[in-house]
Amino acid sequence: MAALGRVALLLSFGLVAYALVAGSFAAYTRRRRLALSAQNALLAAFGTTLVAAGVLLSALARHDFSFVYVAAHTSRSLPLGYTLSAFWGGQEGSLLLWLVILTGYAALAVWLNRRSRELIAWVVPVLGGVALFFAFMLCFVSSPFGKAVAPADGAGMVASLQNPYMLAHPPMLYLGYVGLTIPFAFAMGALLSGRTDERWIVATRRWTLAAWTFLGVGQLLGAHWAYVEIGWGGYYAWDPVENAALMPWLAATAFLHSVMIQEKRGMLKVWNMVLVALAFNLSILGTFLTRSGVVNSIHSFSQSPIGGWFLSFIVGCVVFSVVIIYLRLPLLRARTKLESLVSREATFLYNNLLLVALALTILWGVMYPLLTQAVTGETRSVSKPYYDFFLHSFGLPLLLLMGIGPLVAWRRASLRALGKTFIIPAVAAVVTGVALIAVGLGSSTPGLLAYTFSAFVFASIVLEFTRGTLATGSLWRLVGKNRRRYGGYVVHASVLLLAIGIAGSSAYQTIRERGLKVGQSMEVAGYTLTYRSLENTQHSNSQSTSATVDVTRGRTHVATLHPGKSFFPVEQDFGNDVSIYHDPRNLGDVFTIADQFDKNGTLFLKVLVKPLVNLVWAAGVLFVFGSLVALWPDAVEQRRLAQRYEGAAAART
Amino acid sequence: MTALALALGAVLAALVVVFVARPFLREPAPVSDRLDEQGAVDRLRLELLEERDRALSALKELEFDHRTGKVTDDDYREQVGPMRRRAAETLRALEPRAEPRAAQVGSGR
Repeated sequence: MAALGRVALLLSFGLVAYALVAGSFAAYTRRRRLALSAQNALLAAFGTTLVAAGVLLSALARHDFSFVYVAAHTSRSLPLGYTLSAFWGGQEGSLLLWLVILTGYAALAVWLNRRSRELIAWVVPVLGGVALFFAFMLCFVSSPFGKAVAPADGAGMVASLQNPYMLAHPPMLYLGYVGLTIPFAFAMGALLSGRTDERWIVATRRWTLAAWTFLGVGQLLGAHWAYVEIGWGGYYAWDPVENAALMPWLAATAFLHSVMIQEKRGMLKVWNMVLVALAFNLSILGTFLTRSGVVNSIHSFSQSPIGGWFLSFIVGCVVFSVVIIYLRLPLLRARTKLESLVSREATFLYNNLLLVALALTILWGVMYPLLTQAVTGETRSVSKPYYDFFLHSFGLPLLLLMGIGPLVAWRRASLRALGKTFIIPAVAAVVTGVALIAVGLGSSTPGLLAYTFSAFVFASIVLEFTRGTLATGSLWRLVGKNRRRYGGYVVHASVLLLAIGIAGSSAYQTIRERGLKVGQSMEVAGYTLTYRSLENTQHSNSQSTSATVDVTRGRTHVATLHPGKSFFPVEQDFGNDVSIYHDPRNLGDVFTIADQFDKNGTLFLKVLVKPLVNLVWAAGVLFVFGSLVALWPDAVEQRRLAQRYEGAAAART
Repeated sequence: MTALALALGAVLAALVVVFVARPFLREPAPVSDRLDEQGAVDRLRLELLEERDRALSALKELEFDHRTGKVTDDDYREQVGPMRRRAAETLRALEPRAEPRAAQVGSGR
């Protein structure tokens, strides 16, 4: 069946090449049937890529080790869920996932916007061009359908990937990364066609929001996976692979805000194009960083078959974006100007500058080791203090702006109005700051500032909902009339929870490590942990050794934990089995890691008490809810937009 | 197995070719094969429609900001007049037989 997979991929390659070449020719020479044919090619490419994906999934499910990819990433003892997740566990499979999602998105976007023929005629070749790169890689550079004599068993899967989060985290990230191609294609299509009105924004608004949501959820799932699987007690380590997803998310966040200024005031057209291009290029860079092996060593990049191709593609995309934006600058001139530096649009602009600055400093941090290795031959990397410095420098003002923005009127705001709207949030912030210092929690300045600003933001969000509800008569009507705004406020509230959770769990955490014999105890931040016994368990794909540890608070027994280690015989790999008690009293965790078991029966137990850490995960749930509110279709607005474009079309006929 | 796979691949290829050629098969000799094109007048009209929506939305925002206390009475009185005039201008410019005014509004900001 590998032959069918190869044929299907070759067909995908041919179809997207046709969409690029015939689509460009049709758009340039204004040929309607050829343009429709190019659209059909994109739709068909989704079908053929799905066939290729089906072949690989079937090979994985059947443990067909004659497929090199299946033999390299799975084994017979691997449970079915993890076996299927090997689809995105390796380079070739993840490239195929990219192409499946891209052609699926492209087909849907083209079909939904088929009436905007002039714009879509140029969108098709851009989508075709991006898809062509991935189809080329899959057909000629990194095929998942390589065959060899089947070994008796496969090499298995890296132990840390054998976790339920791996079933959802990578696909979520890819749905986000790839989703950013759609706004990019529409933006470039608008520039190529000369139609720089708002239609491309209207067409891609939900795409951007959905891609951004997937990317955000993907990162949170990844953070939770790192927390429960890696066993170091944290959830974000400024790892280049983590940063790779954060950068496009930050650029997309900036775009989601600045695009509102274009819609409301007709300003920032060039800036929005730049942000869309930046988000897309960073998403390609993210895929490159995670898939080329360049993160581990620049030498693995030169050894990796995809490294040079990816780098050339990124350079090509950046040059294409810059040139096309530059050539169309005359069409992107705004006729309105910023009226005041104290206005809603000005706060959006400040927020944009901070978000982009943060994304670019992270980019520099990611690229620095690669550049130093390439130039000097030595790897010099930036570490946590570098990222923490910029997170505090840009992140804290961003947090404050989240509270200031909603309180400021559009166009301009007078000092009197500001005084009136700021008073309650300002009082909330000051009271919180003073209270924290009074109870002795002022030791960490960034933590204190984060909580003070959070109080300001929380009060401003509550005020927005309260005043809005009083003005419209009901909360339901208020949200229904402007889902994007109030969904956005819910997302702001989730960022607030995230900030409180991060500050609480990092600035105020307690860490203890001790060797314990059976029956011995250790005290950590008000908890007593007593080592009771040791057990060995055999699983289908691993052997685990776990300790039984009783946790008491005061005299009350609150939990029995089982930290341990697992050995994966096929992979010859060890994995950490952390065990966590979620304390509802402080919304924190008692996080236990069995660092080592020695021959004398001593357990070396590492315990982290992390107050408020569960707010980080609660933030994820609120983030999804807020995004769904913002994404929910607004029938009134859709009718208004349909009338606008039908009105323009009617004038033509 | 390989022969079956290749046969399936050939069927897939044939289906794909028919699907891609469909616009030509459905309309072998169309009256017009031109894509719609946006002229200068269309562009101006669309710009006016967007401007109208922006002006009306700005008025709504101002009313809402005033009701929720973000805009004081004095600021409201100062801003609402020019904004209403702007909205009225775009609405007038969009009325039939208002081509000269449309051109004026379109370039006069």
